[in-house]
Amino acid sequence: MDSSSNVVLSTQEYNVVGTRPIRHDGTDKVTGRAVYGGDFQTAGLLHGKVLRSPHAHARIKSIDISKALAHPGVRAVVTAKDLPYAPDKLADLGEGAANLKYLSNNVLAYDKVLYKGHAVAGVAAVSPHVAEEALSLIEVEYEVLPAVTNAPDGMKDDAPLLHDDLFTTFLGEKAEVPSNVANHIQYVVGDVEKGFQEADVIVEREYNMATVHQGYIEPTNATALWNADGKLTIWCSTQGAFVVRSVASEILRIPVSDIKVVPMEIGGGFGGKITIYVEPVAALLSRKTGRPVKLIMSRAEVFEGTGPTCGSYVRLKMGATKDGRITAAQAYMAYEAGAYPGAPIPQGTMCVFAPYNLENGRIDGYDVVVNKPKTSAYRAPGSPNAAFATETVIDEICEKIGMDPVEFRLRNASKEGTRRMDGPTYPRIGLVEVLEATKGHPHYSAPLGGPYRGRGIGTGFWGGIGLQSSCNISVNPDGTVTLVEGSTDIGGTRAAVAMQAAEVLGIAAEDVHPSVADTDSIGYTAVTGGSRTAFATGYAAYEAAQEVTQKMRERAATIWEASLDDVEYAEGVISHKSDPELRFTFKELAARLPGTGGLITATATVNPRGVGGAFATGIVDVEVDPDTGKVTILRYTVVQDAGKAVHPSYVEGQMQGGAVQGIGWALNEEYFFNDNAEMVNSSFLDYRMPTTLDLPMMDTVIVEVANPGHPYGVRGTGEVPIVPPLPAISNAIYRAIGVRLLSTPMSPGKVLEALWEKDEREKS
Amino acid sequence: MPTVFIPTMLQPLTGGVKQTDIEARNVRQIIDGLEELYPGIKVRLVEDGQIRPNVSVAIDGEIARMGLLEKVGEGSEVHFVPAIGGGSPDRSKPLK
Repeated sequence: MDSSSNVVLSTQEYNVVGTRPIRHDGTDKVTGRAVYGGDFQTAGLLHGKVLRSPHAHARIKSIDISKALAHPGVRAVVTAKDLPYAPDKLADLGEGAANLKYLSNNVLAYDKVLYKGHAVAGVAAVSPHVAEEALSLIEVEYEVLPAVTNAPDGMKDDAPLLHDDLFTTFLGEKAEVPSNVANHIQYVVGDVEKGFQEADVIVEREYNMATVHQGYIEPTNATALWNADGKLTIWCSTQGAFVVRSVASEILRIPVSDIKVVPMEIGGGFGGKITIYVEPVAALLSRKTGRPVKLIMSRAEVFEGTGPTCGSYVRLKMGATKDGRITAAQAYMAYEAGAYPGAPIPQGTMCVFAPYNLENGRIDGYDVVVNKPKTSAYRAPGSPNAAFATETVIDEICEKIGMDPVEFRLRNASKEGTRRMDGPTYPRIGLVEVLEATKGHPHYSAPLGGPYRGRGIGTGFWGGIGLQSSCNISVNPDGTVTLVEGSTDIGGTRAAVAMQAAEVLGIAAEDVHPSVADTDSIGYTAVTGGSRTAFATGYAAYEAAQEVTQKMRERAATIWEASLDDVEYAEGVISHKSDPELRFTFKELAARLPGTGGLITATATVNPRGVGGAFATGIVDVEVDPDTGKVTILRYTVVQDAGKAVHPSYVEGQMQGGAVQGIGWALNEEYFFNDNAEMVNSSFLDYRMPTTLDLPMMDTVIVEVANPGHPYGVRGTGEVPIVPPLPAISNAIYRAIGVRLLSTPMSPGKVLEALWEKDEREKS
Repeated sequence: MPTVFIPTMLQPLTGGVKQTDIEARNVRQIIDGLEELYPGIKVRLVEDGQIRPNVSVAIDGEIARMGLLEKVGEGSEVHFVPAIGGGSPDRSKPLK
């Protein structure tokens, strides 16, 4: 996809940061040499398959594995009884935390299955086909229970309970009767009723959003070898090798020091490859057989057995004055957690009004378990569900008061010092600049050029995370450096991290050779998620490179027999402050290192504050076919604050990819369930994601308002662009055909029904 | 002194007080100070000598990584916010 991008408000120019070198792993990726989990081979490899529940909710009465074990090609069968006791405590998964008992039960169901696709048993056999055949020999007796698949139904008093030991918590206070509501979160600021009384216009609407999957192209996979010495090695497709190590340690009850996780190249994750699924199963099968065991999910297993993001119900009310000032806002948000607690409701409640400065507001958020796969993160988890409601209500208010939607947002925009409803005040943020760039973009004022066409906008927020990252830099005698880091490369982060080191060292990006290491070979590094890698791992590279410059100065001082204070390092040149004859380029000094005390290595581990937070706006033009209800995206522009785009091409890639996923969620994608709460569209043929044939070129505008919390002003960029498309498209459809769609997907059938209802209303 | 913002969910314990200044150098002292002022609040925030897993502490807008030991500055703002993830199964019922 070609890129039509421009950068506005660049705060500072650098030699390397902000340029577009060819990515370091590019050759391996385009030649097919890059090694993914499915490519991994080792001697004696066995193949695993997982038996999954056909029921959405059932009690497991018995499991008989004897016939499967008797199959001549089968080497082992495992069930939840092979897993040790899982403690009831939270494990940090980087972009979220999860209860270990629930994680363990999700890996292999213990006493109940809670969704169709829930893993029940694992088989290791001499081939994938034999393993598949053996699954049919496992006999499971179920007692089928009634199921519930959406939050409002799950919250009813007479709803079937998924867990009889789950009680609603309200910041440390626990309810006395079990419920499907795991958590209730509440924020109140100001006087909400008074705020609504001051409003000239009030709009209140209800929104339903479908469950959608990240749709990563590479299925979930893992190979495990549990050695005779008790050491476990896991090769897998993961966004966080250290997360796999720590969660596997907790679930399998073995020390982290006995586990090495080797992150393979990853074919997409988008949040969905943070937690673990098949790794412990492969490990148990390996322990039983003494051989390595590989498990690769089918696409249907990925849909049904891994975590999508949540479906949701949101009721949102907002009041404003005629001159475009929000007087009050209120949101009731019920997010589906899937089978176990942990919907992204804290994030959703954080984001729902984050772009706006509100004096009066109330948010109630509910984390509701339902009979669907346990949700996992997906690009800005929880924020799209929230913004779909907020941004379409705002559009309706703008229509009622006759105000330009960007102007309305500008009048209420959060800025530095604004206190978000969940408490913290913003540092320097770039929302105003994003909105100004939106307003000034030619797309915003271009003619639509035809009937049934409409333009909409939406704004979104994502806070991002910092967390721990490590980086090791070794200087080579040829003047290059080897950089080792622990962040799975998603979206070109190897390059973005290497470029920050190159910038400090004053050398070319091509002279930094980055690699992603296993958990035995680099210090702890949190997950590639939360829009943190270019920020935090880049920060670690910055710090390690700073140490290299210090050591290079020390070495030059030794060689010159000079005081360290007289030696300076600038743009890759080490020089004596007062003697112009004494001067090394980085390459020259690197060549002298072996004979003057040895090569230089530096390591940094950081846990940085100052994440910054990022805002994005989407402008979309749609055309609606009134006969079929099909919505065609004619044009889409992403405007986003990146702080500083380290590699603008990869930032643009994130903006385009995020927007495309948001468009898919808006128009096409959904988990479709039958009356038995069984997903019935678990293939890419029936679960329709947008392709390049469906969409136009996605234009991008990178706004750069430097994040004061990072040496180069970097903000996270990977998540927020998924947020604006959902409301922007709903708003555009309204402008095109005069109907507001309040649920996703805004599919042809739904558009047609809305048009027919509109016709009926107009007739009557 | 650091300013502590009382979350909406705990304001019934403070009689509606939304923020208060507490002399403290770390989160532990903040919570002890809150408990002195508003008995019963500590148990909502602390469990087994640690911040409850369902609770995060934000100091000046940044999630604290050191729990009760996180330092607070003279002019810091302290917020208690729901942590990502959660659930509260009955701890008296082990899985196996």
